[in-house]
Amino acid sequence: MIALAILLAVSFAVYVIFSFLPFDPAALTCGKNCNNPAIIEANRVRLGYDKPFWEQYLIFISGLFLGRTYGEGAALIVCPAPSLGYSFQEHACVTSSIAEALPVTISLAVGALVCWLLLGVSLGILAARFRGRIADVGSTFFVLIGTSLPTFLTGLLLLVFVVIKWRLLPYPSGSYTPLTENPLEWLNTMILPWITLAFAYAALYTRFVRNAVLETLSEDFIRTARGKGLSEKVILRKHTLRAALAPLVTMAGLDFAGLLGGAILTEAVFNLPGLGRLSLGAVRDFDLPIIVATTILAAAIVVLMNLIVDIIYAFIDPRVRVR
Amino acid sequence: MTLLQVEDLHVSFPTIDGLVKAVDGVSFEVNRGETLAIVGESGSGKTVTNLALMNLLPQRASRITGHAFLNSRQGEIDLVNLPETQAQQVRGLNIAMIFQDPMSALHPYFTIGDQIVEAHQAHNAVSKEESRQRAIELLELVGISEAKARLNSYPHQFSGGMRQRVLIAMALMNDPELLIADEPTTALDVTVQAQILRLLRELQKELHMAIILITHDLGVVAGAADRVNVMYAGKIVESADVNEIYARPLAPYTHELLASIPRPDIQKEERLHAIGGQPPSLLKLPPGCAFAPRCDFSSRVAGGKQVCLSTMPDLTERRNNHWVRCHLTGDTL
Repeated sequence: MIALAILLAVSFAVYVIFSFLPFDPAALTCGKNCNNPAIIEANRVRLGYDKPFWEQYLIFISGLFLGRTYGEGAALIVCPAPSLGYSFQEHACVTSSIAEALPVTISLAVGALVCWLLLGVSLGILAARFRGRIADVGSTFFVLIGTSLPTFLTGLLLLVFVVIKWRLLPYPSGSYTPLTENPLEWLNTMILPWITLAFAYAALYTRFVRNAVLETLSEDFIRTARGKGLSEKVILRKHTLRAALAPLVTMAGLDFAGLLGGAILTEAVFNLPGLGRLSLGAVRDFDLPIIVATTILAAAIVVLMNLIVDIIYAFIDPRVRVR
Repeated sequence: MTLLQVEDLHVSFPTIDGLVKAVDGVSFEVNRGETLAIVGESGSGKTVTNLALMNLLPQRASRITGHAFLNSRQGEIDLVNLPETQAQQVRGLNIAMIFQDPMSALHPYFTIGDQIVEAHQAHNAVSKEESRQRAIELLELVGISEAKARLNSYPHQFSGGMRQRVLIAMALMNDPELLIADEPTTALDVTVQAQILRLLRELQKELHMAIILITHDLGVVAGAADRVNVMYAGKIVESADVNEIYARPLAPYTHELLASIPRPDIQKEERLHAIGGQPPSLLKLPPGCAFAPRCDFSSRVAGGKQVCLSTMPDLTERRNNHWVRCHLTGDTL
């Protein structure tokens, strides 16, 4: 319930902000060298920009559930529910633009998440386990590089070496092949973006996991476990990791949500037609319906992930379970 | 019969500033069925002594020498610098520990049943069901009602006193020969303290185990211990039977400690006695008696305070089984 209320508030705020921007969305529909006020006014009525903003907002919300139609007769455009509006620049319903871009971003985010969790958690545990020794020093080095290199640089370096110099992978074509269609090609397009994103995040996670494990190892309940005569293996795997990795769920959930809203830089470097590229293009072209829709979608994803994190947390930590 | 014989135990920690001598040549014995209290203020080495016996000190950061012979069911074991695999065998099976803060000593994510059963499973090749049965028996023994249902509860559903009972039950799962209780009542309120101490006393009679009770509170010791070791700056300064030490403390430090216990008959305007000065830094201990700079009795020593400051007295038997480390030689203070 609270999640829904938050979503409604966010969507309203986004709508208000973008409605009062100092440019005329109707004028933009007419093209750059358009001097015909009649066309502009006609489009304004067609797209509903003539109504006061609160009415526009209500129409927007009702469109989510009922769909929307624009114009009439031969020029009739129908965007079925859930409709997020119509983009004049793209000549497409926003929902279908997003539906095209979303799977790309989901593939990117999920793959990267898996990579960086595997890498970050295992390196972090290793560093904590062999604190002060070569594995720890090595991981510190990795953390330093990972946190200092911006993703666009990592991405470009990967492109230059893996694709251009060594010709291990084909050049990114700017299109996207779904996993269900051709798994190999899907992997070919996604692997470098995954590595690029995972590299940056894995560094942060390595440091986080290392510190969390070390902190947990100094807890009283770990001393109790040692006092019972449990082996170091059991102490690490059962007692330490459970407690150390719990906060990781929150962190991973929010980072994942952030990526789902669109990894703008990575998508731009690898020419992936995902949400990030969609919003970037929309901002460049003042494509208001898409900007509004992607912003609200990103907010919705964050709210939803928060909810999921809370639910997962209840499974991990008995203290937050509702009786 | 002697269960544990500690001989000349030294524990030091190398630091950037130098060697910290936390335990400096400690020797004592614990008999079966007996409670030995180790009393001292923070940093006196009482906890480190016992962590060394349990091999729970970080190996790479500590230097331990001396001997600690445990006459266990499995034969004699020297606990000092025991290899990790053997130390795991001893922990929980021969020696069990309970700790100061029952609030944080239990893992918050696992049921208490899980945690108690685990202690049994670590040392016995029996089914989980058998371990559960034993857990129920022991929870009842330590006074937890509806033990069977309580196995599925989480630590946060228990009060502090109840958690300490759970920890005691956990410690007793394998019938330990020695129970080390490190300030077991410090985090509990006074009425619960008394309950827990009484419980330990009863369990000891029933199970015939030895207890090392570590505390800074001489008030706790009176009803709970048979012998008392008083430690100061890593050394034992006085060792005697419990009645003897209350009736006739011979070390000035013990005398001051006893004088610092609040009494119900104290006058309203009277201030509680406090020992002046501060305990010495373990990094640069004075050559003489570590307590000498704070000691009001040192002027009575033949040769004056200079003797106390320059030479360390030996631990000598002054009366029957009453050992004192002090330059004063009378049999009263």
